[in-house]
Amino acid sequence: MWKSIAWRATLIAVLTVTSIILVLPSLTDGLPEAWQSKSPKIHLGLDLQGGVFLRLEVEIDKAIENTALRYGDDARSILKEKGIPVLGFQKAGLDGFTLQLPPGDFAERAITALKDELGTLDYALGAVTASGATITGRLKPAEVLAIRTNAVSQGVETIRNRIDQFGVREPQIVAEGDDRIVVQLPGVKDQQRAIDLVGKTALLEFKLVDDGVSVDEALKGNLSADDQILYQKSVDAQTGRVSRTPIVVKKRALLTGDTIKNARVNFESQRGGAYVSLSFDTRGARIFDRVTAENVKRRLAIVLDDTVYSAPVIQERISGGEAQITGSFTPDEASDLAIVLRAGSLPAPVKVIQNVTVGPSLGADSIQKGVRAGLLGAALVVLFMAFYYRFAGLVADFALIFNILYLLSGMALLQATLTLPGIAGVILAIGMAVDSNVLIFERIREEIRSKKTIRASIDAGYEKAFWTVVDSHVTTLITALILFQFGTGPIKGFAVTLSMGVAINLFTALVCTKVVFDYINAKRPMKALSI
Amino acid sequence: MIELIKKTSIDFMGLRRFAFAFSAILVVLGVVGTVQIFRGQANLGIDLAGGTSIQVKFQKPVHLDRVREVMAKAGHREANLQGVPGENIVIIKVGAKGKDEKMVADQVVALLRQSFADNPLSVDSVAEIGPAIGRKLRSDAALAMAISALAIIVYLAWRFEFKFGVAAAMATFHDVFALVGLFYVLHREIDLLFITALLTIAGYSLTDTVVIFDRIRENVRLRKKPTFSETINLSVNEVLSRTIVTSLTVFITCLALLFFGGVVLKEFALALSIGVIIGTYSSVFVASPIVAIWRGEKMADVKRSSGG
Repeated sequence: MWKSIAWRATLIAVLTVTSIILVLPSLTDGLPEAWQSKSPKIHLGLDLQGGVFLRLEVEIDKAIENTALRYGDDARSILKEKGIPVLGFQKAGLDGFTLQLPPGDFAERAITALKDELGTLDYALGAVTASGATITGRLKPAEVLAIRTNAVSQGVETIRNRIDQFGVREPQIVAEGDDRIVVQLPGVKDQQRAIDLVGKTALLEFKLVDDGVSVDEALKGNLSADDQILYQKSVDAQTGRVSRTPIVVKKRALLTGDTIKNARVNFESQRGGAYVSLSFDTRGARIFDRVTAENVKRRLAIVLDDTVYSAPVIQERISGGEAQITGSFTPDEASDLAIVLRAGSLPAPVKVIQNVTVGPSLGADSIQKGVRAGLLGAALVVLFMAFYYRFAGLVADFALIFNILYLLSGMALLQATLTLPGIAGVILAIGMAVDSNVLIFERIREEIRSKKTIRASIDAGYEKAFWTVVDSHVTTLITALILFQFGTGPIKGFAVTLSMGVAINLFTALVCTKVVFDYINAKRPMKALSI
Repeated sequence: MIELIKKTSIDFMGLRRFAFAFSAILVVLGVVGTVQIFRGQANLGIDLAGGTSIQVKFQKPVHLDRVREVMAKAGHREANLQGVPGENIVIIKVGAKGKDEKMVADQVVALLRQSFADNPLSVDSVAEIGPAIGRKLRSDAALAMAISALAIIVYLAWRFEFKFGVAAAMATFHDVFALVGLFYVLHREIDLLFITALLTIAGYSLTDTVVIFDRIRENVRLRKKPTFSETINLSVNEVLSRTIVTSLTVFITCLALLFFGGVVLKEFALALSIGVIIGTYSSVFVASPIVAIWRGEKMADVKRSSGG
């Protein structure tokens, strides 16, 4: 008997010491550095520490469509250079475009020219009629597949770059399924900025302004197929009013953001306004040099995600590979713009389909209230047990405290995430945990009533209640596990704490309490039990 | 020995007519509520229906009517407003409008800041959920309920016998429907946390049922009473004090959550508190009578696959 008691007591002691070592780093910051930093910790969920959860849908189809249309614009420019007139241009499905050409051998010549200069597409000759012929350009299936497979993974990579530069501790950015990205930014303070930073496509394009076209005519619909209307946003510094000015630009981008080597925030010396200066890589610098040389005195629009930021007149050829984006930026806006330009554009636009943002003060408030409710609930249960079952109740209370301690240390060990519903799970587990002991104690009472000795009653109580306790725990565990499988973040937290609490309870309620009774009985068989 | 309940001999089986009538009403309410939830006609939380929920905290007290005016001006006449007394907190919920997945939180917050320039506000939380996600979460929740029910029947059929498993599952469904029905009738919000409460109560109610079933099985083996109904009565009476003590401790913790756990957990704690009562009731008045009716009065031993 003594041996068995000693063995169990040692086990409990070892577990308890281990648990205290494990749980302390999560509860306080005042521990020695080595202990504090090397220990696994309980993580706080977004709902407790504040932060942003975003679920993004990657619009892959749009990426494919955009790529095809961009190639279409390129194709038209190429044909124009070759002196082949293009009568019409249309989308053809998601991944292609159709060009309308005059009769004669233009269609054949066009295909030869395009295969030569734009070989990344497949071309086919369409219907030939008296009024002309059509040719269709289509992305190669391999390229479509590449866009599909890369859109999400590159998106994740790009967003990670942006967030790293923005500075968030322990961000989580992962792909979900075929076309979704989940971004979690715990503890981030400037939440709206973070959301904007993540969701921006950040496609930077340099396009020539078509000054030969009147904006009014263009707005009425008299627009050449080569042109498009974009808007320049400007914010009035005094009133904060946003106005949008239409500008007609050439559709074809002369240069895009993928040639940017670096982007920095600078400040104007006189007015202190912030602007972003760019430097291009060698290829970009060469193109920029040529473009500026060919278009002196014309206006070049700097377009980000189809919004014109500025459209300065090219004063002279710019060879250094440097450019500036000005606008009425606040320092924060300029710094975020620099970040997205450095990190590159998203391969496909994203749409926010779920956004859960929790302010830091609400999180702190939730913890405080949750802990208060937990302490109060636990205190009431402990008092009730001590009052109702007297000495035995105290033994159960002692097991309950071990239960909570082991639960918290288990969470630290698994580096589990504690959420607000998770705190509710702990509190509920406290209420349910005493059930095992209630079952056992009621059984012991029955045995005592049937005039057995105290010791035999205790043994019989534990033995007879054992399977009931196990059965009843398993049912709770089943539902908790299913919750874990199907639940979202906060609810997973609930499933974790509830199921761990219930599982650990099997040990504390059956082993920790029994060893106390066994110890007393081994010293001197009990004549009476206060239960 | 302090005993809340002295040795009792209540005729629970005799009360089953009343219990069944009462339960039938609850379940019918629940079925109506469930149908309405799937038709989108109940007070669904935005995590299930899609939409935007914004919790803002003002520095000074603010009149809900004024917030409502501002929202109406912005075209959100149907917005659901809820104030938290004493804390200057306002929770604004705007449902998703059909296929329009545009998020409105930014716009609403900016508008509130502008309209209440003399009463600065901070944004406590924002949740924006597209209808597609709402649909997915809703079907996930339904799937989770179905799988739990199945898993529970299988486990109980293995540990007891099939009829017990089905009876326990029916009692559990009874609890789930009753809770849904009550929340529907009280026009309380049905969200993911509510679904979580449902599953938790399902687990809790089963625990209760299993304890009683265990005792029934034991008493059948010992042939303590001549008929099955009497055996059930005896068993329920024998474990009654445990049932009440445990329900009490769980109920205490739920109440602590309800009154001190803060705004976010309030409805959740309410569902749990009501659920504990219903779960306790159903294991006594629903699960056991179903077994009795189905099994008849035969005193054949109840299967036990393991343990003593």
